[in-house]
Amino acid sequence: MHREEVVEGSPGGGARFAPGDAALVAPEGLDEMLAALARLGYETSGPTVRGGAVVPGPVASIEDLPAGWHDEQSPGRYRLEHGEDGSLFSWAVGPGSFKPELFPPVHELWQARRDGEGRVEFVAGRGSSRSKKRAFFGARPCELAALSVLDRVLVDCATPDPFYEGVRRGAVLVVAECGAPASTCFCTSMGGGPEAVAGFDLALTELTDGDHRFLVRVGSALGAEVLTLVTTRPVTAADVAAREAVTERARSAMDGRFDAAGLAELLAGNIEHPRWQEVSERCLACGNCTLVCPTCFCSDVRDTTDLSGTVHRTRSWASCFDRDHSYLHGGPVRVSVASRYRQWLTHKLSSWWDQFGTSGCVGCGRCITWCPVGIDMRAEAAAVCSPASPARHDRLAQPEPRRPTGADVPAGAEEKEALP
Amino acid sequence: MSTTRPSLAVFKFTSCDGCQLSLLDCEDELLELARAVRIAKFAQMSRALVEGPYDIALVEGSVTTARDAERVKEIRASSRQLVTIGACASAGGIQALRNFVPAGSYTGVVYAHPEYISSLATSTPISSHVDVDFELHGCPIDRHQLLEVITALLAGRRPVVRGYSVCQECKARGTVCLLVARGTACMGPVTRAGCGGLCPAVGRGCFGCFGPADTVNTGSLAARLRRDGMQARDVARLFKTFNAAAPEFRVQSAAEEAAGEEGRG
Ligand code: SF4
Ligand code: SF4
Ligand code: SF4
Repeated sequence: MHREEVVEGSPGGGARFAPGDAALVAPEGLDEMLAALARLGYETSGPTVRGGAVVPGPVASIEDLPAGWHDEQSPGRYRLEHGEDGSLFSWAVGPGSFKPELFPPVHELWQARRDGEGRVEFVAGRGSSRSKKRAFFGARPCELAALSVLDRVLVDCATPDPFYEGVRRGAVLVVAECGAPASTCFCTSMGGGPEAVAGFDLALTELTDGDHRFLVRVGSALGAEVLTLVTTRPVTAADVAAREAVTERARSAMDGRFDAAGLAELLAGNIEHPRWQEVSERCLACGNCTLVCPTCFCSDVRDTTDLSGTVHRTRSWASCFDRDHSYLHGGPVRVSVASRYRQWLTHKLSSWWDQFGTSGCVGCGRCITWCPVGIDMRAEAAAVCSPASPARHDRLAQPEPRRPTGADVPAGAEEKEALP
Repeated sequence: MSTTRPSLAVFKFTSCDGCQLSLLDCEDELLELARAVRIAKFAQMSRALVEGPYDIALVEGSVTTARDAERVKEIRASSRQLVTIGACASAGGIQALRNFVPAGSYTGVVYAHPEYISSLATSTPISSHVDVDFELHGCPIDRHQLLEVITALLAGRRPVVRGYSVCQECKARGTVCLLVARGTACMGPVTRAGCGGLCPAVGRGCFGCFGPADTVNTGSLAARLRRDGMQARDVARLFKTFNAAAPEFRVQSAAEEAAGEEGRG
């Protein structure tokens, strides 16, 4: 992927790079990199420790990065521990992704009011004022994969989301390849992996054998421009081998964790499987899984008025676990939690292919760790698709039952409704 | 416009007054509100009293006396839209703990002269007595939600007040989950949003002030808390606070207490 030509060492930067080049950078070089991004006018978000987890936050220097922090993740559980090693990227993704930067949780789209003559006047909403020049520093390869999934949904469509597209086009992506996946990570099963392959400006691999250093690969002209401002030294064959050892170790730790082959068809053919009912007895319908997912894009657009008569149109994150998410005339369509869980899982792993030509899941594992009751979607998908539970197509062609039209759903109606 | 302003009246039953105080708490919007509605009855703000009927009645507090039960019917009859505000009016409040014990058990503990007290055996929400147009939850309610409900009623639209879980507010504001990252007991997954995820944002598990969300699975949350080592009687206590008598919470606290007595907690 990178030319292994020797680039002269360049204290304080100055060496010339092109996409495909690689160089070695000391930890202090990352400080120069962050300073260079700031100098080029980028607002940088990167990994920080807050609230007991690694989450994206403003980073200005390596002091802000999670030095020595290691995570331990399992379904419904996350803990951080501090070691003495000083490594900066020995953790897997936490609950936050870069999604909120491009697709904010609450976004006022526009306001409208009547002027003195009764004419309606529209003005831009308050949601769109932040600078669109962002740098996403230390993004994991699965973040990159998630952004390319979101691109298909929010940009490659009839009505692209201008805010998302604006931030996305202007963003610098500095990827940190993975050396320490969590037990919940399964990107290799979803077509990804611990290596950054494409779509980045710079890709870092942290090397901790011998001296602490970073192998930096250049993915774009912009990345080359940034790296030009950083002190580098040439990459040796030993560094290349060390990088391969890091990502290979990560890959083999994850391999075989989840068998996604044929899943899309198997799930679609098992929509009446009893497991949906069983998982709904554990599922809280709290929506955490969808909101931590870096590819979930559902939103809800509502108009409100204020006391002065101004109308506000606001887009907010929504979840298929909300009762009101499937509200149509007369009431919600997906009344039972079983039907909502099924919607979530089959959309991620099956119908997303039909809709967008990709999987809706990149295997980041967030929905597994951050489910308060530790529901592991890999186990649920496997149970629904296991050969021991044959596919049942009997009701496949029938539409979801609709609630009768009329007033709102009476209290307690949920209990009476059979799946779905 | 001023002559046709809709009228707003505030009524109180058994409660602490905190919810109606939220109306005064709307400091920035209060003048604008007073221009949009005629405040016909609001004892915390003015002695002036305009007789009904009223366009919008905000009702705080639960029904705990025979007189309350009569008065709530009179209020209903003289109000076009009746909105209950707070956990007391919408679920019976903390005082509904009396519903769990034989009548009069707490009176002797609380009052020096229980013989002066004449009250019903239960504390019940307004909706147990009359039809209610909108229930605004919370202990106390959120003032932004209160303004939203009043504004929506004035505009003739449906209030944007969501019934999903507090967890969704944590995620929207970027709070790292206390339950997952620290093992802190939290009622958020079964509690209605509205506070903005206030307590988890400052490191305290959700108390459940806003009562049950639209869809809840209290049994699964309770099972997780017990797996983390919480005693069943302590889990029961989580469900027995300001919304103890809300049906979904009442069922779970009873189940936990039964489990505790069997000794499996
Ligand atoms: S479905 Fe789960 S594992 Fe897949 S991308 Fe979303 S959060 Fe990550
Ligand atoms: S699967 Fe887990 S996180 Fe998702 S709605 Fe159910 S309980 Fe919540
Ligand atoms: S802290 Fe509580 S309310 Fe917030 S996400 Fe976690 S369980 Fe839900």
